Amino acid sequence: MSEAYSRRNILVTIASAAAVASSVSSAEAQHVHETVAEDAKVSGPYKPKAFTEHETKTLRLLCETIVPGAGQGGAFEYIDLLCSHNDELKAIYTGGIAWLDRKMEARAGTMWVNAKAPEQKAMLDIIAFRMNADAYGPGVRFFDWARKMTVDAYYTSAVGIKELGYKGNGGMTKFKTPPDALEYALTRSGLG
Amino acid sequence: MAVSYIDKDTRTEKQIRCRSVVLAASACESARLLLNSKSPRHPNGLSNSSGVVGRYLTDSVGYSMSAKIPALEGMRIHDSDGMGGMHVYVPWWEWDKPNKDFPRGYHIEIGGGYGMPGVGQFHGTCRTHEGYGDSLKDAIKKDYGVTVGLAGRGEQIPNADTYLDIDPNVVDQFGIPVVRFHFKWTEHELKQVDHMEKTFRNILETMGGKPGPRPGAATSKISVGGEIIHELGVVRMGNDPASSALNKYCQSHDVKNLFVADAAPFVSNPDKNPTLTICALAWRTAEYMAEEMRMGNV
Repeated sequence: MSEAYSRRNILVTIASAAAVASSVSSAEAQHVHETVAEDAKVSGPYKPKAFTEHETKTLRLLCETIVPGAGQGGAFEYIDLLCSHNDELKAIYTGGIAWLDRKMEARAGTMWVNAKAPEQKAMLDIIAFRMNADAYGPGVRFFDWARKMTVDAYYTSAVGIKELGYKGNGGMTKFKTPPDALEYALTRSGLG
Repeated sequence: MAVSYIDKDTRTEKQIRCRSVVLAASACESARLLLNSKSPRHPNGLSNSSGVVGRYLTDSVGYSMSAKIPALEGMRIHDSDGMGGMHVYVPWWEWDKPNKDFPRGYHIEIGGGYGMPGVGQFHGTCRTHEGYGDSLKDAIKKDYGVTVGLAGRGEQIPNADTYLDIDPNVVDQFGIPVVRFHFKWTEHELKQVDHMEKTFRNILETMGGKPGPRPGAATSKISVGGEIIHELGVVRMGNDPASSALNKYCQSHDVKNLFVADAAPFVSNPDKNPTLTICALAWRTAEYMAEEMRMGNV
């Protein structure tokens, strides 16, 4: 593999695409998941590359709260790996987690990940909605990023794809239209 | 005749002697090579006594619109791989209507279905639903596969403000001057995009969808020149050597053993993708060239 197409360079490209416009193809998302899986095969359980132990603990819980099952879908690893290749993207998370902790300390005297579940939830119920952006701008922006990337990671992972029910990427000897599905949509549309 | 090239490994200039040359470097690169091939005999660049090389650049006109179609919610999920894009296609239907306010036309490519989930696919759901947890997951499942997208691809009319030339200040990594692009849509294309906008909205609303509000002036919603990657026309063919660089067999008027076999010879391009026309013209050029070589003319 030439230098221009080394795994690291591909990850750098994907990470900067994610940081700028989130224009990452599904093939590139698979590449991130595969890198994590191969990494684990070689060197055991995944070691965070961008985040400290505290940030890791926080982000793992945040991902799982945003999308239940996100842990199984490798959401934290997906975000960590991309952040380790793009400082701008990483700053969104490290800065966001620091902001979250400062706010929680002011409200409950402890960092977000160590707070009681109802306190954690009360905080997220604020920053998960744009209408609170005036008073909680940095939190709303951070949560928006965490939500988008957790959703991206989970629904491009094997468990997420299965949960959605995607049926493609398989061979078929004959293409058949699904008459019941067509009937269903036509009836509901009022066009049938 | 000889072709000079840079050997990438040693970064030195080398030459290959040959009887004839077929230039097929992709339209803009072919024009760049000709414009950079200046000599006392060809002071404007090779095959450019007419001065048309680099001019008459066009790209396809692009515009798209999509909407969630509520009637598709809850439909049994099935394998729809390969259904979108080129495979469901609406050819231009107003070719015989004389009263349109723009020339030529466009086709529609239709997208949708239960595609392999990708990055960004549910960002819209994240934006509309907000929140998190099981309710977000339910919203995502409900939205999966219910969006229909319409993409218009139309014909641009060549104009004087759309062309490429050699950048006097910038070179590539081998020290060879690069090209500059000058691109301008005219009323023809902007009115075509208005027509797309009305048509797509009509189709999607009839299906029960609610496309977003009209996005303002046509200039803000039309594709950026080059975005549809159908750039062509910069070494155009024609019968008159004063206004074209190549004859109808894509043979240079000025240099008989030079041929161009990509999209550069096109004088215009209908709405459809240019690749098959490139193949057809190259085939024709190859047959003509073989015959001319057999006769000893080339």
